[in-house]
Amino acid sequence: MSDPSRVPVAELIGVTREYRMGQNLVRALDEFSFTFGRGEYWAVMGSSGSGKSTLLNVLGCIDRPTSGDYKVDGISTARLGDDELSEVRSRKLGFVFQSYNLIPQLNVLENIMVPLFYQDEPPADGEERARKLAERVGLAKRLDHKPTELSGGQQQRVAIARALVNQPALILADEATGNLDSATALEILALFDELHAEGRTIVLVTHEPDVGERAQHVLRLKDGRIESVKRGQNSAAGAQA
Amino acid sequence: MKHGTLARTVKLGISSLLLHKLRSLLTTLGVLFGTSSVIAMLAIGEGASEEAQEQIRQLGSRNVILRSIKPREDFATGGGQSVRVLSYGLTEEDLARIEETFPGVARVVPVREIYEEVRFSDRMLNPRVMATLPVYRDVTGRVVAEGRFITDQDEYGVANVCVLSYEAARYLFPVTSPIGEEIKIGADYYTVVGTTLDRVRQQSDLAAAGKSSAEVFIPLETGRKWYGNMQVKLRAGSREMEEVELHEIVVEVEDPANVELVANACREMLKRNHKQSDYEIVVPLELLMRAEETKRIFNIVLGSIASISLLVGGIGIMNVMLATVTERTREIGIRRALGAKRRHIVSQFLVECVVLSVGGGLLGVVLGLATPLVVEHYAEMRTIITPTAPILAFLISSGVGVLFGIYPAWRAATMDPVEALRHE
Ligand SMILES: Nc1ncnc2c1ncn2[C@@H]1O[C@H](COP(=O)(O)OP(=O)(O)O)[C@@H](O)[C@H]1O
Ligand SMILES: [Mg+2]
Repeated sequence: MSDPSRVPVAELIGVTREYRMGQNLVRALDEFSFTFGRGEYWAVMGSSGSGKSTLLNVLGCIDRPTSGDYKVDGISTARLGDDELSEVRSRKLGFVFQSYNLIPQLNVLENIMVPLFYQDEPPADGEERARKLAERVGLAKRLDHKPTELSGGQQQRVAIARALVNQPALILADEATGNLDSATALEILALFDELHAEGRTIVLVTHEPDVGERAQHVLRLKDGRIESVKRGQNSAAGAQA
Repeated sequence: MKHGTLARTVKLGISSLLLHKLRSLLTTLGVLFGTSSVIAMLAIGEGASEEAQEQIRQLGSRNVILRSIKPREDFATGGGQSVRVLSYGLTEEDLARIEETFPGVARVVPVREIYEEVRFSDRMLNPRVMATLPVYRDVTGRVVAEGRFITDQDEYGVANVCVLSYEAARYLFPVTSPIGEEIKIGADYYTVVGTTLDRVRQQSDLAAAGKSSAEVFIPLETGRKWYGNMQVKLRAGSREMEEVELHEIVVEVEDPANVELVANACREMLKRNHKQSDYEIVVPLELLMRAEETKRIFNIVLGSIASISLLVGGIGIMNVMLATVTERTREIGIRRALGAKRRHIVSQFLVECVVLSVGGGLLGVVLGLATPLVVEHYAEMRTIITPTAPILAFLISSGVGVLFGIYPAWRAATMDPVEALRHE
């Protein structure tokens, strides 16, 4: 973790997230410190209830630590207000969910553009970017389709395009292949491989070992703490770039 | 919010509403009917009050009108069973008192009524036949349509001439001009020398003209000469003799500010000189003030009804929006995760409420403008649409959308994103 060649993108510093369940306090994250470096592709694994989703929510700035600090791309989030945190989400983060989570009344192109809509200063070339991304994920001919007119795999491709449109520092995926058949899941994972090869930073939560295998590094959690860290080779294209 | 953003938010709101067309339409109904009924009722009320005020104004706002009225039966000086002489009403002496002693009085006009039928060829009419002075026209603001009114020469010459009101002329002479024709009042012939414009809005029912506001004017002296103070009135089989000197005295006051003063002076004078209450005093100015008060009350009542109906409409919108927010919890979570700020969520739902209520308001304005036209056509009532009514109704309906949208929008915006995303 003290490797000088790593540029930190997401830094958790003593993060604790507690939930109150009646009388009991549940620590979903317990004094958690970890750094995700630029260009790295991490799989987060662990048994159910180990704190994977909580970690991802904190990384995604939709949940706040009870204590500790979290820095995204150098920005400390501990003192940010709701608006500033939202701006961080719309500029720095890309989300891919298990159940795609597209907005039903919008078509493919509009869905891809949603994160730009919420930026304080939306880029002028937003629509062009969205078209390029749609092409990239193989949906150039479906721009005006509604989500209900697409298969699960296609919807997840739209979601990935949407996660890329704001050129995020960090892409977060929670069980992104969980709802897909194995062939389609492989296609989506191939897409993640491509993104990794381009130098994107990806954190993917999964409980499937063969999905975890494909990632560059694996982080295992247990009871809100790090159980093990397994590093793969540091050979990703973006790692040097 | 920037220009493009607002346009997109509105577009998004409309597309969300179009997902549930029937529900959206039903939601707008409350505001729709609220708005339209306000506009329609205002138009009808305004029309009715304008009509009433015009009638009163025609009586002359500077005038005090004294009228003879038959005293109650038990006061009557009855003689035989079938023929009785009833003596009552205003007198020449009352007239002289006002004319010669009252200060602040400009002109005083006596009117005698002649209880006779009016005929021309085979057409017969029972108008109000009034023997009066030439100034009557000026004092009561009647307008000559054709020919002329009674003149001083007619008066001095005791001429057998008459002037017909528009309605009388139209009934007796449906196609030809009445000027120069000889009509019969009772058994005597009169030459028609002019017609006057109608005072109130004309009634369309011609059959009712027989006993409507048709009027015939003859010179006062002519009336005195041919029909004495004693006149026969046929009532329900029995003949009744009436002795009335003057049926009406119109007192024109010099300064409008003194109308009430003169009215009170008349009241006092008549009370002193008449043993029975065989007269009434009509003060158009007082009626006008009362009509305005009535209108004010009407407006308050209308305002309350309008507020209640818009309140109900607003609650309807709020109810549906709360359901929508719950239904779209997940969408809210997604948008928040993708970077939507609280104000984005607030404006999204607020815009939907405003689109609903403004849509309802616009449809309501259309319906509200159409209703008075229908009422005017079928119910023969006058309606007046003041330009402020639709504008006001529209603004209020938009306001209702904002007001009743705030709570659902706030609920949506303050949801916890993680919870919202977990929502099924
Ligand atoms: N909203 C919540 N309220 C109470 N407890 C929660 C909440 N979310 C998570 N937890 C608890 O925190 C722990 C970690 O949960 P989670 O991060 O969802 O684990 P995972 O995703 O690995 O299954 C679990 O014990 C869970 O019960
Ligand atoms: Mg989980």
